[in-house]
Amino acid sequence: MREIHVDEIRDNVAQICVDAAYNLSDDVLTAFDRAQQMETSQGAREIIGLLKENARVAREEHIHICQDTGIAIFFVEIGQDLRIRNGFIIDAINDGVRKGYKEGYLRKSVVDPITRRNTGDNTPAIIYTELVPGDKLKISFMPKGAGSENMSAIRMLRPTEGVEGIKSFVLDCVQRAGANPCPPVVIGVGIGGDFEKAALLAKKALLRPVGSPNAKLELASLEEALLRTVNKTGIGPEGLGGKVTAMAVHVESFPCHIASLPVAVNINCHAARHKTIIL
Amino acid sequence: MKLKAGDRVLITGIIYTGRDMAHKYMVDGHNKGEKLPFDLAGQILYYTGPTPAPPGKPIGSAGPTTSYRMDKYTPTLLELGLKGMIGKGPRGQEVKDAIRKHKAVYFAAIGGAGALISRAIRKAEVIAYPELGTEAVMRLEVEDFPAVVVNDVHGSDLYQIGVEQYREIGGAEGESC
Repeated sequence: MREIHVDEIRDNVAQICVDAAYNLSDDVLTAFDRAQQMETSQGAREIIGLLKENARVAREEHIHICQDTGIAIFFVEIGQDLRIRNGFIIDAINDGVRKGYKEGYLRKSVVDPITRRNTGDNTPAIIYTELVPGDKLKISFMPKGAGSENMSAIRMLRPTEGVEGIKSFVLDCVQRAGANPCPPVVIGVGIGGDFEKAALLAKKALLRPVGSPNAKLELASLEEALLRTVNKTGIGPEGLGGKVTAMAVHVESFPCHIASLPVAVNINCHAARHKTIIL
Repeated sequence: MKLKAGDRVLITGIIYTGRDMAHKYMVDGHNKGEKLPFDLAGQILYYTGPTPAPPGKPIGSAGPTTSYRMDKYTPTLLELGLKGMIGKGPRGQEVKDAIRKHKAVYFAAIGGAGALISRAIRKAEVIAYPELGTEAVMRLEVEDFPAVVVNDVHGSDLYQIGVEQYREIGGAEGESC
């Protein structure tokens, strides 16, 4: 049986925490280029130019892309034939967050929800684990800022509202969010399952490379239709007006009860930071 | 006040940081008759919570945070003499009315461009609520800090003006979430 030491997990987690805060990944940079080409507004094009410049400065001068280095969210796939040695995987991930946020000078943005006292090291991380076939460990990390997270919403639609109901709810969320989540955004939409499954699908959808379509054709075409619709709102980059309110809409779905149609919307800012490693 | 919605400005001089908890502390303190930790009269508040300063730099990444969360406290601070605010995202009607009444201005900085913006900050010093960490009130020395006027004394709102030019669907812009 393949084995992995918790220290290796900790060190790799620390490294991706730091990497994500300084180096915007290529899929997002390419999405900026596409957005700049699509924009008709001169001002909006200039704003996207500034976002590209910000990413360059962050990478080259080693300054965080955004001061909100997020609450640390992990999706972890554990191969059932992998044995984790010398400790508990959740502790190892939290130790990695502690190490990465300290050594990388990242902001510690996590507090007790009632007392509002800061935990001081950005832990605990939010960790979702899934058992999968094989002997690998896949760790996906998303530092999620609150400006975009605060614009999330979920609604339990009536089944008869169908695709039109879904479209109208997503549009409603984007319009209410306006300039707040730092557009041009990436929109995660979770459809089906139950209350928390829909929310989880919406969040997980944000991990896909920006603009990569869902493998299911009907969902890919729904993504296209939703993107066209939200980009008619005029909100534009930074909410100051333009054609590109969203760079992508990612939809994920799961079967649901005959009486339900849960729909969750989770928005990511233009600094759509995400990193995945396989150990 | 000559500034109009849409004007791009470069701010040089002293500004102060303050976000969620600092607003609550200042206004709750004021309501109990306590003195503010610094004189707000004629000053600019920047809604930001920077990342820690790495060695050799005055501050870390320092872009704007979303402003509507401060709306509840803003009219009181404007009454106490605050003249400018820098953040991102639209303000509620009460804030816009208070901006007109007290002849103040609300600027937006580019959200999510904290690396670029931090280059305009020359010096940073915590002056109040150090226990709040990144949310403490800091005195910043800035040079050519880039911002755009969103709400001016005439009641204009750049977010509404900008979006209306490009909107193909939907009705009146709702209040923020």
